Amino acid sequence: MKTRTLSQDLYTQLEEYIASTEANDAALIEVLHEAQHLFGYLPMEVQLFIGEKLNIPASKVFGVVSFYSYFTTEPKGKYIINICTGTACFVRNANAIVKEFEKTLNIKTGETTGNGMYTIDCLRCVGACGLAPVVMVNEDVYGKVTVEDVQKIIAKYTE
Amino acid sequence: MDRIENLDCLLNKQKELEHTMDIRKANHDNTEYRELLICGGTGCVSSQSLKLLENLNEEIRNHGLENSARASITGCFGFCEKGPIVKVFPEDVFYVGVQPEDASNIVNTHLVQGRRVERLLYEEPTLKKKVQTQHEMEFYKKQERIALRNCGLINPELIEEYIANRGYEALGRCLLEMSPKDVIHIIKTAGLRGRGGGGFPTGLKWEYASKQKSDVKYVVCNADEGDPGAFMDRSILEGDPHSVIEAMIINGYAIGANKGFVYIRAEYPLAIKRLKNALRQARTAGLLGQDIMNSGFSFDIDIKYGAGAFVCGEETALIHSIEGGRGEPTTKPPFPAESGLWGKPTSVNNVETFSNVPAIIINGASWYNKFGSHTSKGTKVFALAGKINNVGLVEVPMGITLREIIYDIGGGIKDGKKLKAVQTGGPSGGCITADQLDVEIDYESLYSIGSMMGSGGMIVIDEDNCIVDIAKFYLEFTVEESCGKCTPCRVGNKRLYEMLTKITEGKGTEEDLETMRNLAETIKLTSLCGLGQTAPNPVLSTMKYFHEEYLAHVRDKKCPAGVCQALLKYHISEDKCIGCTKCARVCPVSCISGKVKEVHIIDQDICIKCGACFEACPVNAISKG
Repeated sequence: MKTRTLSQDLYTQLEEYIASTEANDAALIEVLHEAQHLFGYLPMEVQLFIGEKLNIPASKVFGVVSFYSYFTTEPKGKYIINICTGTACFVRNANAIVKEFEKTLNIKTGETTGNGMYTIDCLRCVGACGLAPVVMVNEDVYGKVTVEDVQKIIAKYTE
Repeated sequence: MDRIENLDCLLNKQKELEHTMDIRKANHDNTEYRELLICGGTGCVSSQSLKLLENLNEEIRNHGLENSARASITGCFGFCEKGPIVKVFPEDVFYVGVQPEDASNIVNTHLVQGRRVERLLYEEPTLKKKVQTQHEMEFYKKQERIALRNCGLINPELIEEYIANRGYEALGRCLLEMSPKDVIHIIKTAGLRGRGGGGFPTGLKWEYASKQKSDVKYVVCNADEGDPGAFMDRSILEGDPHSVIEAMIINGYAIGANKGFVYIRAEYPLAIKRLKNALRQARTAGLLGQDIMNSGFSFDIDIKYGAGAFVCGEETALIHSIEGGRGEPTTKPPFPAESGLWGKPTSVNNVETFSNVPAIIINGASWYNKFGSHTSKGTKVFALAGKINNVGLVEVPMGITLREIIYDIGGGIKDGKKLKAVQTGGPSGGCITADQLDVEIDYESLYSIGSMMGSGGMIVIDEDNCIVDIAKFYLEFTVEESCGKCTPCRVGNKRLYEMLTKITEGKGTEEDLETMRNLAETIKLTSLCGLGQTAPNPVLSTMKYFHEEYLAHVRDKKCPAGVCQALLKYHISEDKCIGCTKCARVCPVSCISGKVKEVHIIDQDICIKCGACFEACPVNAISKG
């Protein structure tokens, strides 16, 4: 599969980044971080590109991508709603918050809404346990979230 | 900053900068100058502390106070429950829950009129009294800050402030006055043990690595803090990154390594930013890089990012991840000190362990020995979280009792509820019950009661939490995080999780409990790495101490805490029901019957336990349990 459907400009940027590393297998994880930062996700064509540039088999690239939860092979929504389900948030009822988001947006955790606006994800501890339960929408952090807050939070991200 | 050429040069610099700490250390009281430090850790930044800082400085300018007051950021004060925190020096005044719009009030009242802003002072819940200074707060009275010595005191973004507080002096003394053997000797006699959880003596680890003959050796800082509910490593890196850098160089000198890596979670953007900034400053000052302080010793540090895999906290897995591969652990021996990164001798230490090192070198092993219990020296940082009044980061001497931590420092259980258990050691640890509150905490005592120190997460669980549900939570975590390499962990924990799920759904039997115990023991004995070997601990420990609660689930089909949905029964009180029909109207399966103004009844066979009626009842006539 040689055809590339994603922006050539992004590929050029990625190639430049790879050139700045040692461009061997030790650089794989940092290159994947950069690639996900550029493309938003790591589809097969990007993985093949990276394998070629670092001179490592695509199977190894895929092995690493699938091992780490930070990497995703599916595009995510414009707003990623991350609900912390670390222990501190769990004992302060984060599960009810997860359910409320799922109900309101009508998707399950890990899924993206049809219009590409929202993705619901769970993460393990952002380390702001004093604010438990915590919800992050992209970079914004909401602390001491209640079920009633869920609607209000979503309403802030409509465009 | 100019390049620091030698130890004298560093000590001169220290002297020159020392006065910047005077006000904060209250070395002279009659000053008119005021310093305001605002917590710049992740928790407080999430509550807009940076906006607050901006507003404070703007107000200071507006009042023309630039020459008599200054506001800047510092590391975590630890009192995260009531963030953002603003501390005013030299009076030691501690304002809590400060919002950006409070800036003008603080500047007007405190700085201009010289009065305290009473409403922002912390109120001690037991005394119902506003506390005037930080040192009078119960939260701080029993704490001993060594690893966190600079958090809440210096600006983590300025190397000058670190040096002013004797930063890099330990490094200078090691490189220019001590042999690598001397360094190892101090760490060994200090009795410092690995703070990441294992508790292996740090000095021995260093000595082992130093004895290996190899052209290349490595130092690795494990900052892959994956235990949910533990955030001490993040706080140290955010609040005092130079202490970790300094200790890594010392480690390199002691074992003969010239290269170090910090392996850090990608989920910690602020810690990464501060660390990068600190590395840059240290390089410019000649404290990192070629020929440090003209000692002939060179050392440099790179950052490597984790990508969300809990198992990478295990040192062999971490090493494979730095090498760019899947973070799967390998059997030990060989230990990393013998064959680690790219097959070379590698010394892997945790962030908190490192941050203790410079303090030990400066103050000596016998000073460090004064703190702690017989087997565990020094202090430990714990992240208090869950159903406790004072959620936060505390550093206490080893050997302190859990009672002191929970009640004296932590301020007791939230909303006056009853303490059920304290979970330590995260997914590898276990529960400590209310009966064991007087156990003196150290590595050995926690192990002997079926838990472990772990990285220092301490989650307080109250009567409203179901213990089976908690065990299930940890198992779910382990199942997700198991790397899949060895069968006992990959399959065994999954089966264990399924059995716990069955129990919480009311389908468990007493026989299941026995099967679970056997399976759990097998997983412990046969898993390859620390993750698998400890994964069943949360189940075993809760089964041991909360047998009755498990029995209630499997025999009586009841969840005493009222958490497990499937075991709940909703009931309408005949005395309270006013027959408004609201419950019947919201019931999605129409299982509530009754006429207007008559008592309603729930058909338990049809009820799906959704709780809609419970929410809808205007007179609280519906109970669950």
